Amino acid sequence: MAAAPLPEVLPAEGAAGVAWLLVALPALGALVLFVGGRRTDRWGHLLGVATVVASFVVAAVLFAGSLAQPVEERVRELPLYDWFAVGALNVEFGLRIDPLSITFALLITGVGSLIHIYSVGYMSHDPERRKFFAQLNLFVAAMLVLVLGNGFVTLYLGWEGVGLASYLLIGFYTGRRTAGSAAKKAFLMNRVGDVGLALAIFILFLDLGTTQYAEVFARAGELSPGSLTAITLLLLLGACGKSGQFPLQAWLPDAMEGPTPVSALIHAATMVTAGVYLIARANPLYDLAPVGQLVVTIVGAITLVLGAIIGCAYDDIKKVLAYSTVSQIGYMMLAVGLGPVGYAAALAHLLAHGFFKAGLFLGAGSVMHGMADETDMRRFGGLWRHMPVTFWTFTFGYLALIGFPFLSGYFTKDLIIEASLTAGPVAGWIFGVAALLAAGLTAFYMTRLMLMTFFGPERWRDLHPRRIDPSDLEDPPEHYHPHESASSMTVPMMLLAVGSIGAGAFLVLGERLADYLEPSIGAFVEPAELPAVFPTGLVPVFASILMVAGAGAAYLAVGRRPVPVERPQRVSLPVRAARADLFANAINEGLIARPGIWLSRALVYLDNRGVDGAVNGTAALLGGSSGRLRRTQTGFVRSYALTILGGSVVLVAALLTVGAFS
Amino acid sequence: MSPTIYLLLSALLFAIGAVGVLVRRNAIVVFMCIELMLNAVNLTLVTFSRINGSLGGQIMAFFVMVVAAAEVVVGLSIIMAIFRTRRTTSVDDANLLKY
Amino acid sequence: MSALLAAAPLTGGGEMSTGESVVFWILGPVALAGGLGMIFSRNAVHSALWLVLTMLSLGVLYMVQQAPFLGFTQIIVYTGAIMMLFVFVLMMVGRDASDSVVEVLRGQRLAAAVLGVGLGGLAVAAVAETLTTVGPVGLGPGYGPEARGNVQALGTSIFRDYLLPFELTSALLITAAVGAMVYTFAGRARRATPSQKERVVERLRGPLSGYGSRSGPGVFATADSVATPALLPDGSVAPASLSSIIEATRRERLDTDIADVRSDTGPASGVDARALTGHADGDGDRVGSTHDRLGEDESEGAR
Repeated sequence: MAAAPLPEVLPAEGAAGVAWLLVALPALGALVLFVGGRRTDRWGHLLGVATVVASFVVAAVLFAGSLAQPVEERVRELPLYDWFAVGALNVEFGLRIDPLSITFALLITGVGSLIHIYSVGYMSHDPERRKFFAQLNLFVAAMLVLVLGNGFVTLYLGWEGVGLASYLLIGFYTGRRTAGSAAKKAFLMNRVGDVGLALAIFILFLDLGTTQYAEVFARAGELSPGSLTAITLLLLLGACGKSGQFPLQAWLPDAMEGPTPVSALIHAATMVTAGVYLIARANPLYDLAPVGQLVVTIVGAITLVLGAIIGCAYDDIKKVLAYSTVSQIGYMMLAVGLGPVGYAAALAHLLAHGFFKAGLFLGAGSVMHGMADETDMRRFGGLWRHMPVTFWTFTFGYLALIGFPFLSGYFTKDLIIEASLTAGPVAGWIFGVAALLAAGLTAFYMTRLMLMTFFGPERWRDLHPRRIDPSDLEDPPEHYHPHESASSMTVPMMLLAVGSIGAGAFLVLGERLADYLEPSIGAFVEPAELPAVFPTGLVPVFASILMVAGAGAAYLAVGRRPVPVERPQRVSLPVRAARADLFANAINEGLIARPGIWLSRALVYLDNRGVDGAVNGTAALLGGSSGRLRRTQTGFVRSYALTILGGSVVLVAALLTVGAFS
Repeated sequence: MSPTIYLLLSALLFAIGAVGVLVRRNAIVVFMCIELMLNAVNLTLVTFSRINGSLGGQIMAFFVMVVAAAEVVVGLSIIMAIFRTRRTTSVDDANLLKY
Repeated sequence: MSALLAAAPLTGGGEMSTGESVVFWILGPVALAGGLGMIFSRNAVHSALWLVLTMLSLGVLYMVQQAPFLGFTQIIVYTGAIMMLFVFVLMMVGRDASDSVVEVLRGQRLAAAVLGVGLGGLAVAAVAETLTTVGPVGLGPGYGPEARGNVQALGTSIFRDYLLPFELTSALLITAAVGAMVYTFAGRARRATPSQKERVVERLRGPLSGYGSRSGPGVFATADSVATPALLPDGSVAPASLSSIIEATRRERLDTDIADVRSDTGPASGVDARALTGHADGDGDRVGSTHDRLGEDESEGAR
């Protein structure tokens, strides 16, 4: 497939010249809050909110400026300074202002602002609120560097920055052992992906001598097919690590140990979509590497089904949402792997997902806030009466997620399913069926979540709140007192609900997003224009049928029957497997951790005996021989005199011999 | 008969002195052996002087004697100093400078 | 002596005359025998005397070798002065300082013998050829140029041609003399021996006075002296602390001490119960110990 001609990269001018403020503001906020320490406790959260909102304003200005320009002039770069130049490697630190990065910047700062505002209320009782906002600001800054950077190295900087922020925020509750291990798990599994990303950048530099987007994409054709495949697969590995895709998905559900706003912002709306961004950004490379694209789609398809299946089995409201995130990002990966037909669909779904999943997480946070931090859905029930705003916003997010007709998810997900049907004669069937099946499963687990949380008998009436964290000093209250949250929390939820309702239609209908993104990801190809294994026009029908079927099954499973407060242990094998994350952790343990430990031990043994043996052997040889040689220095003058005399005799003999023969 | 026969005597005396340095442990005796070696050299120089018909050898021997006298003075006072502190004149006992 | 000189060739040539040959064949073996005697005699004084024999023989050989000045110098300086210095030192060190027979260095004697014989053999082999091939020139009838006599010729040469080395020699001799004196007096500057009283004061009041045995924890004692028996917590004397040799402190004094210690007001001044109360009373803040009491007694006695 020949790559479409890339638009020319122009220098940034006008309002785009202040794009650096986008990154600088949250970074400054983080710096002030980190360095200021306790002195900033009183007003720190306000600064955090203000910087991100200001960033959002800058992003909006950029967006407006971008719209005002002709389509072919929308890709611009703002060089800031030469980051480093080592030998042939010359890395420029600059910002790439194009529709793709502006879209992401809007999402990050927009959703980020809402979640910052929400956090003011959510974290109001936490003594470490200032630290929380500092880390959240750091995250926003790093994420903006990631999406705005004009080269792979700059992207890598942001990539590691968000990794750090994610690590800090997952482990925010430093007193909880589980939070610490979840943070470590996230960090380590991300490292696996990061190594892939780093290697991909190395190969790029090796083959092209540059890592700047503009040059790399312009000269992508010079890369050999082998290099292209290697680069795309390694980039995919990086994307899998950051986006929680198969086989590196296990860290994302554990990451729910962090505060709920973090789950909403980082682990649902923005950071975990960085993998999708990476592949969309590198689309000129993927368009030339069919193997890389195929692997991306396979990974996406596996993940979306896997996430949906596991999501059906959990009782923890945040973990269900987390696996839902895994599954939805699987949809996006599947779409970006399909090429031009899927890029716009993936990004549309990404944006819509950013709204409704953030809204769902904030709703879950609101529920937890009113239920003494309880996350077990079996202890909820009938909450719609007690927290109406949360219920309604959550409902819109729910409907958007399951693809209820004419809400956000309906448009974007159908677009992906339609695109997947065009993947080819066999692949089209497989991907299409997987995507449709997962749509039904999504409806099942989300309906189950809704029913268990907001409907049915009020199971919490007879229960006492549990101590969530064994190390908490405060005793939990005697009874549950579900209540609606403060307005600082409900207003962002309402705004996100509006996004959940309208974003899909706004973005997809009339191909607004696809047209806007054209300079970055190429022209949009309608799925209907391509040969499909199945008439694409029927997709909405089938998707709706499956959605209703999934929701109905969930109603039969938990709506009609009483929900036991204690988790049933005698369950069928599929449920057991799903509860065990489809044995992902066990597989990781068996396939990677244990062989890794064995390998380490073998290497340690080899190192001790082989390498150290050689080194120490040499040293011991020298030391031993020196020790023996040393013994000749006896301190006895007469021994030395004997040596001198021996030398003299030898000298005289030599002289005589030489004299005799000359 | 040529006076080079003196050189043979001198060589033997020198060898005896060298062996004495190696086998004797009393520092004073070792010192005396060194004197013997110096004397053997002096004999050589005197003989050379005669064979070559030049006084240079005798003058060299004269200087050797002077230097030997100075050396004896310093050497013996070193031996005395060692003896005063360690109550021994055996060269084997002064063996601290070793591995 | 004059006979020996007469044996020397007066008419200048290098060849050995018959008389000289006789002298050589007598004194040469004597010199060798002296050398061997020196290295084989166990007594150092005997070694020195053997060496004297060798040196005398060599001196005579110098004389017959047209070097009468060196011959006399050899006898006067070497035999007379240097060897006497050796013997003198030997007497200072101790005449009986003879070597032990046992050789501590393994193989030293064998190696020395082999190398000595090797060196001698090599030198002899090197020189042997010249016995017949070299025609000696000789210094002439006056044992030097211009036939003015050996001493004059040497003197002229030394003070004219070798003046600078000669002057340097004097510097060398001066240095050697000063060096010898430095060595002789090194370490002689000894401190005045402290008197017994000074030593006691040093022991009791000096920097090391804190070291030494004190009462162990839990021992109820009013002093560290062995003469003061230790008291058990109930005030009775601990039998194990009574020495059978040293007369113990009088019981009355102990009773006074105990009463003093037990009184509500604490021990009165002058009673050495500071070990119990942990703070000093009366004079000074020294921790009560036998040593301190000794000092007090001393000052009282002085008064």
